[in-house]
Parts: sequence; structure tokens; C-alpha cells
Amino acid sequence: METKNNLKAWFYLAPMLILMAVFTFYPLINAFIISFYKDYLPLANNGVGSITGYTLNNYAVIFKNQLFWRAILNTFVLAFVSVPVSIMVSLFISVSLKAIPKLKGFFQTVFFLPYVTNAIAVGMAFAVLFHKDYGLFNVVLRLFGITPIDWIGGTASWWAQMSALMVFTIWSSLAFKILVFTSGLENIDKQYYDAARIDSASKWTIFKRITVPLLSPLILYISITSLIGALKAYNSVIGLFGERLGGQPYRMITIVAFVYKYRADFAFQGFYSYAASAAIILFFITLIFSVLQTVVSRKRVHY
Amino acid sequence: MEIRMANLTKIFTSKDKKEVHAVDHVDLTIPSGKLIGLLGPSGCGKSTTLYLIAGLLKQNEGQIFFDDDEVSEMPPEKRGIGLVFQNYALYPHMTVRDNILFPLQNLKVEKEEAKRRTIEMAQLVGLQEMLDRKPKELSGGQQQRVAIARALVKKPRVLLLDEPLSNLDARLRLQTREEIKRIQRETGITTVFVTHDQEEAMSISDEIVVMKDGVIQQMGLPQEVYDHPHNLFVAKFLGNPQINVFEGDVKGGKVYIDDMHIGSVKLPDQKVQIGVRPEGFLVDDTLKSDFNFAVNLVETIGRDTTLIIDIPSDEGGLLDKKSFKVIVDASHRIQTGDLVHFTVKPEKMHLFDLDGGLLT
Repeated sequence: METKNNLKAWFYLAPMLILMAVFTFYPLINAFIISFYKDYLPLANNGVGSITGYTLNNYAVIFKNQLFWRAILNTFVLAFVSVPVSIMVSLFISVSLKAIPKLKGFFQTVFFLPYVTNAIAVGMAFAVLFHKDYGLFNVVLRLFGITPIDWIGGTASWWAQMSALMVFTIWSSLAFKILVFTSGLENIDKQYYDAARIDSASKWTIFKRITVPLLSPLILYISITSLIGALKAYNSVIGLFGERLGGQPYRMITIVAFVYKYRADFAFQGFYSYAASAAIILFFITLIFSVLQTVVSRKRVHY
Repeated sequence: MEIRMANLTKIFTSKDKKEVHAVDHVDLTIPSGKLIGLLGPSGCGKSTTLYLIAGLLKQNEGQIFFDDDEVSEMPPEKRGIGLVFQNYALYPHMTVRDNILFPLQNLKVEKEEAKRRTIEMAQLVGLQEMLDRKPKELSGGQQQRVAIARALVKKPRVLLLDEPLSNLDARLRLQTREEIKRIQRETGITTVFVTHDQEEAMSISDEIVVMKDGVIQQMGLPQEVYDHPHNLFVAKFLGNPQINVFEGDVKGGKVYIDDMHIGSVKLPDQKVQIGVRPEGFLVDDTLKSDFNFAVNLVETIGRDTTLIIDIPSDEGGLLDKKSFKVIVDASHRIQTGDLVHFTVKPEKMHLFDLDGGLLT
């Protein structure tokens, strides 16, 4: 009886398992193997590919690459600023939405729009908003008598470009978080708030000591998924800065962009393996932070 | 602290614009230092009344006073009330200690004093061993006591309990009932609790208030209300087994049920509804009484015998039921099928007009 049921279960799982095997596990393992190939030419021998052995040197090449460290720096700054900021902003918006029940539906739709809009298209819109001469941001700055800033153009500083990228990233990541937090807030029993009011708690105390702890499982979930998302940043950079990845080429490169850059150059001997090793490095970075976050949170996430 | 409600009204408007008077022009004074049970069927407005006193709902009309202090417009946190919710609403992420401390921290009570009062409260409700547990590690009864401690720790002027026992199992309910009474006596705080369970209300309240459709039906000592109901609703709502209600007539100062004479009153001739509690009958050994029936079922438990008597539909004038219950002394040795003559104790015979109002 038990084996029969097991067999049934495997059949039910089969479609998903096959898809995951083909599109997740195989590429992951294959990338891992490719990252150790020496002098890999994927198109040689009529597409079979050729290697001259196995080596750890690909990783050494990556670690010595200035551009890789720039990619790490950009990605980390982007991830570790945008994730906490966007969580705080979306929490604030979600809690505020609760206070205006009548307009809530309307605003929920407004805030959700970025989620259903193509990232590249939004990036291009933002590129216009950040334009030095006629972008909205500089128009506003001019109103306050501040000299216009080159946000994303050829003379833009790293700080200006990072700020623009940050604003864009945070804005576009709010939609999903607000969606999750508003539904999470709706699941909190209203009696806790009544009880807290009777207990003379101020609005801030209620937020800090009731809302946030009761939402903490969701906050953990959101922070892990959005950190992983932010470490994979690529669309946003392409959308905002175009294929040159910055006002000056490669200034705003991210880890995924770095992987793409080498992968695109696969005609060169060994470049494919560089891309693979960079991807594997990203994989481990993501893994480490996710595990770290879970372990730390286990002590702090209540109930 | 005396609680006085004057002309208190709360109207809820449903989606189809229908107005429901959940609390309808209520005038009620709750005496200081007493434990008052607010009793009624579900939807009678008792919880709404409680939330109006708490300030979590706002009245459409009328006023609420705590002694001479009008609190009608005050937000709940200013009123100085302790409220125990039906499902306790303990903060699940805080320990028992933090739950009890929470109101004190909000009131900026000095740290040492807050600690001392928390421990005092835990002792009062008998939970000093449980201070570091989370609510979900406690039984229902213990959670209830934490909720009471949290409500009392800030020394409120009045304590409000919403269906305090409904989430507990039968054994815990008895225990907690005594516990609430003890805590109320020890602290001497004016307490209002809401319940739909008449036994619960009768057993621990100093006085009970019976409500129906947002209107106070009667207030008084539990036994007093039981013995002298002001209307048919109160008569039927209190008492288990329920009061028997018959259709009858008053003719020439005599009371008849279906031409069977059961007593005398000083009332003009009219059609009446007659309420007699199961214990209001006596077995007439002289066999003179008109009021006689064959007994269909006999249940003897200890000193009481319950007789269940079915009535053919054209006889006996029994309202909305086909049988009635009589509780008599077990010494009568009555058996199923026996024809028994009953008399009605005069003080147990309640006459109501056809609208359910008491006739006196």
C-alpha cells in the first residue's frame, strides 16, 4: 500500500521534477563543471566543444579581474541599501494604507503597477526622468535653485549613477512587498490593536511592538527573497544605463552583468568558463547570505 | 466606580442601508464595586454595550459616566478601563511577563514599580511560575488569567470581560468562574461581564442585567430576577429546564388552562399566557385537582424526579411545545403511565398578557 502511494506521488511530482532537472539542476551542475574547464571553446568540433583539461585557474582569473570587484561592489551596495530601505518604505506604505480604507483599493492598484510593467520599459522611462537636461528630477532640483546633476550620462559620478539606480530599484521592488505586507496586515487579528489601544500604546509603539513582530515571518521571507533578487540585479542596469552599463562603460556593472559580458564573448578561448566561475561565485554568495539571514532571524523572528 | 449610562444608543448600518439599533436608548446604572453579568441571547447588544463602555465603539446618542466623570467622548486609552477579550487577545510574541508589563510601559510607570506590580498581578491570578512562558504554552484557563492580569495591572477604574468563559471547556469554566469572582472580591473593582450563558451569569454575578434587542429587560439580584421575571422573555430566558408556558384564561378571578382550574388571581377576565417553572408544581395526593395528566417519562436523579408529560395537541394549551416538564420530590415514587394530579404553587405562577408583559 505504501509503495503504491509512493509511486503515485512520484507521478504527480514528475512534471515539476523533470522541468526542474532540465532547467535548474542540470544547468547548475553543468555550470559548476564548466567553471573548471581549461581553454574551453564551446563551438569547436562542430559544436561539441573542446577543452585541454581541468583547472582552478578560471577562478583565479576572475578574482584578479578589476571589473569583477567593481561588479561585487556595485551589487553589494545596491543589495544592502535597497533591500532594507524598500522593506521599510513598503511597510510604512502598507501600514498607512490601512488608515485609509476607502482609497486603499485605488492606491493598491497604483502601487502594484510597477510589478506588471516590463523592467526594461520602466528603466527607459526612468532614464528619461533622470536625463540631465530635461529629466523631471533635475527640473525639480532647478526649482530649488540646485545645479542640475548628471545622473546617468557620460559625466555622471559613481554616486549619482548609484543613486539613480537605487531609486529605480527601490521603486520597482515596492510593488510586491506592499502586496505581501498589506495582505499580511489584514491577517493580523484586529483585537490585538483594540487590546493595544486599551493598553494605552501609542501609534509608534503599536507599530514597533505589535505590527512588526506579528509580521516578522513575512518580513523574513521578503528580506530573503528580495536580497536574492537584488544580488541578481541586471535588468535594472540595462534598462537605466543601456548596454554600456553606465555613463562610462561598465561603471555600473553587476555580477550578473559581468557573467553576461563574458558569456557573450564565448568565441574567445576560456571566456565561457570565466562566466561560469563568476556565476558559481554568485551562487555561493547568495547561498551564504540566505543561510546567514535564516540563522540570525531564527533567533529574532517571533512565534 | 459607578458606571452610569443615559439614553445610550448605538446604531449599526448594514450594507443594504438597514439600520439596526444594537443598543436602544439604554439607561443603566452599574453600582460601584459589584460584579454585574450582562446577559442575553446572541445579537442582543450586550457586547456592543460593553464596547461602548470601553470606548472601542462610539455611541450615536447618549452618555456614559464613571461616577461624575463623563467619558462618552474619551478615547479608550483615557477611560481607565481594563478589558478582557473573548479570545483573550494576548500578544502571541510576548511572554506572560511582557504581556502584563506592556500597559505599564505605555503608561511610563517607573521600571522597578512596574516589575513589582507585574509580579503582584501574577500572584493574584496564580501565574507567578509561568511568567517566562509564551501564551501558546499555556492552557486556555491560564491564558484567560493572563488576560485578566494584563487588564488589572494598570489599576483600571472598571473591569470589562467579554464572554470570559466561552472559550473554556466545562471543567475549566467552573474553576475560572470561581477565580473571576475571587479576583473581583479581592480587588473590589466594578466589573461588568458579558455572557449568553444564564447559569454562568446567575452563579457569579452580584446582579444580572437581561438584555434583548438592545433593550434592558430587567436588572436585579439573580434569584430575584429568576423568581419575579418582568416579562415572558426573561421568564423563558432564565432557568434550566426552561419555564413551561401555557395558554389560558382568567375567568371570574380564577385561572384556567384548557378549562382546568389551577389558581386564583385578582385580574379582569382575559386570555393570558401562564408561566410555571418545572419546580412550581406540587403532586396533589388528594386527587382533587383538575390539572391531571398521564406521565410519559420519569427521570429520577437523586432527590429530584423529572416528569415529562406529552400533551395531545388539542388539550392543555401548551405553547410552542408538545410536552412539559415537572420536577417533584423523588419520594413520590411516580412511574411511567401513572395519572398524576398537580396543583400549582401560587408564587410560582406567572401570568403574562398575550404580548408577554407581566400581569399583576
